[in-house]
Amino acid sequence: MIDLLIPAVVSCIIAFITVYVTVPPLIKILDKRNLAVRDVNKKGDIMVARPGGPAILAGIIASEIVLYAFFQSSEIIAIIITTSAAFLIGYVDDKRVMGGWFKPVALAVAALPIIALGAYDSDLAFPLFGSVHIPILYLALIVLMISITGNTINSIDVLNGAASGFMVIASFSLSICLFIVQNYEIAVVSLPLGFVSLAFYKYHKLPSRIFPGDSGALTLGAMYGAIAIAGGVEIIAAVALLPAVINSFLFLSSVKKIVEHRQIRGRPVEHTDDLRLKATSDRDAPVTLVRLILAGGPLSEGQVVSAIFKLALFSGVLAVITAFMMGVSV
Amino acid sequence: MNLGLIGFLLLMWVLIVVGGGIAVMILGPFTVSGFGKLGLFVASVIKAIVALSLVVLWIMILLKLKNWIFKKELRP
Repeated sequence: MIDLLIPAVVSCIIAFITVYVTVPPLIKILDKRNLAVRDVNKKGDIMVARPGGPAILAGIIASEIVLYAFFQSSEIIAIIITTSAAFLIGYVDDKRVMGGWFKPVALAVAALPIIALGAYDSDLAFPLFGSVHIPILYLALIVLMISITGNTINSIDVLNGAASGFMVIASFSLSICLFIVQNYEIAVVSLPLGFVSLAFYKYHKLPSRIFPGDSGALTLGAMYGAIAIAGGVEIIAAVALLPAVINSFLFLSSVKKIVEHRQIRGRPVEHTDDLRLKATSDRDAPVTLVRLILAGGPLSEGQVVSAIFKLALFSGVLAVITAFMMGVSV
Repeated sequence: MNLGLIGFLLLMWVLIVVGGGIAVMILGPFTVSGFGKLGLFVASVIKAIVALSLVVLWIMILLKLKNWIFKKELRP
């Protein structure tokens, strides 16, 4: 395990520094090109640069290329290609708003390099009970997984710092779980995702200086899914992502169709006079995680983000328990 | 912290663990005989149908749980 220490440290430093250094010039470029959107939860016309996806992708590619120099594994190539494809899909959506089906379908296509490069094991491992060998069904699972992880992270990107902060917690939880199940190489490969998210969070946290946009959120989510598949920890990864999954589940079960959030008429959240967030009583509005957090009464944006992080931490603990349960059989 | 959300998270986790148990203990070892060489294929089709039915059942359970846990919050 000692031989993994150097690649782990070097890739994490490169991941963090690349994003930390590239975001400020990216903000300037985006501002100069008038690529900024209004922060709807702030007083006045506060404009925030978007998208931050290019900086996130740069951090991921730089660190994973370093890891490839050490490991030369097809899993790393598959993760890089799938993540880059997810970035392109998000970038297209950042530039031009596409229909509700575009992202899920395009992300399913982005998962194909994982299959083509054989960067998976078709045994699906469950806690306590062992694993099932599902060679054909697993291919469908790969396609679904990338689509789901990409879109769920994108769906939680609604408040300052929520998506990047959530990703910090979920990805570090996943890395810990990969170490627990003794998949050390993929654990090291997963670490840059947490450090990229952490560096981006510095600029994305309240008050945001940059938004990740669809390109950033899909990049983070797709990489998370690709790591889960390459590491054979799909169930653990799903557990660590549960708050985001709940958000998507609540949204879909209330809207009852796959639709772009910009096309929804009803607003789930509105503002009080002092600009705190408050759940609406709009019948047409979708039920979301934020709306349920606000059910107890109005909260500031920071308080809602903090509640999301607490849920992410709770899921992270459940994921770690699940990882320990993988080693126990009944 | 919102106890309803924590409870919902926990229940989802329990459903995942139980679903895994059903998949591994019951669905995994399931075989059919009497179909000759097609036996493996028939068993796979049955497993896939049962697995998909379980997914639908799990979603319905989650919807019921959601309505039960968040009945106050979801009331317009």
